[in-house]
Amino acid sequence: MIINHPILGPRDSQEFTYLGDASLIDRPDWQADNAADQFHDYLYLRDNPAGEHRELWFHEQGDRSWLVVTRNTVTHEILNVELARDVARARGRSK
Amino acid sequence: MGKFDNHGLKAISPLGGHERRVDVFTGLQIREVTDRALASLAARQGSEDAVKSAVASYLGGALPEPACWTEHGVFAAWWMGPDLWMVSAPHDSHELMAGELKQAVGEAGSVVEQTDGWCRFDMEGPRCCDVLERLSNANVRAGKAGDATRTSMEHLGVFLLCQMPGQGYSIIGPRSSAASLHHALVAAAKSVI
Repeated sequence: MIINHPILGPRDSQEFTYLGDASLIDRPDWQADNAADQFHDYLYLRDNPAGEHRELWFHEQGDRSWLVVTRNTVTHEILNVELARDVARARGRSK
Repeated sequence: MGKFDNHGLKAISPLGGHERRVDVFTGLQIREVTDRALASLAARQGSEDAVKSAVASYLGGALPEPACWTEHGVFAAWWMGPDLWMVSAPHDSHELMAGELKQAVGEAGSVVEQTDGWCRFDMEGPRCCDVLERLSNANVRAGKAGDATRTSMEHLGVFLLCQMPGQGYSIIGPRSSAASLHHALVAAAKSVI
C-alpha cells in the first residue's frame, strides 16, 4: 500500500504507523460541565464504516508528520491525504 | 585562555575511538565524520517567514526546501520535517552555533544543540547505491544531489543526504546507536562487494 504524502510524495505504508479514527483530533473541552460524558464518547464510541474512513497516520520512519488519510476500508484505496495539523487548524483546534 | 581549557580530557568519537573510523572496500569508502557542529531549528507557529529570513541572513542563503539540503559557505542545512531543519557547521569554528542561531531567530524559532546526539558516516565511491538500496527504502538511484531523505536503516531513523548521485552520501543517525548503524553499513558493504 502506498500513501501519497502531501509534502514528500508516494511513500510505502511500511514507513507509517496507524493511530486510529481522525475524530481523535476533536478532543473535548475538559472544563465543560459534561466533560466526563464527552470524554466517554470520545474514548469509546467509534464508527466502524465499511467504506470511506478518515484516520490518523504517523510518518514515523520519515519526516514524523501526522497525516489524515481518507481510506476506503473495503478496497483499501487511499482517496486523500492531508497534513493533520492543517486539518486541526481548519477546525480551530490550534492555539 | 578559559577556565576549562586545561581539563586534559580527550573527546572520543561516536564509535568510541580516538581516531575516526574508516572502512575501505573496492569502490567504496565509509568514513566516520566527527567534526561538525549541529543544531536543530524549528519555526514557531505563525513565525515561519520570520525564521526563514532571519536564518537566511545568518547562513548567507535560504533554508532548504522539503526533502532537500543546501550548503552556504561553511554552513549546511537539511530539512527534517515541516518547519524543522538541522543546521551544521565545522565544530572547531562554530562550537557555539546553537546560541548564535537562537540570537539570530529570537522568539520566532526554537533552537536545540544537537552536536552530541548524532553520528555521521560519509559513503563515497561508485558502489554506494548497491549498498544503500539494501539498507533503506529511499530511492537512491532516482535521487539527485541536494536530496535529504529521512528514512530508516537497521531499524534506526536516519537522514540520508546525497552529495553526488551514486558517488557520495552522508548518513546521519542516532549517536547512541552508532555502532549498530556502522555494523549495518559495513555488513551491507561486505555482502555486496
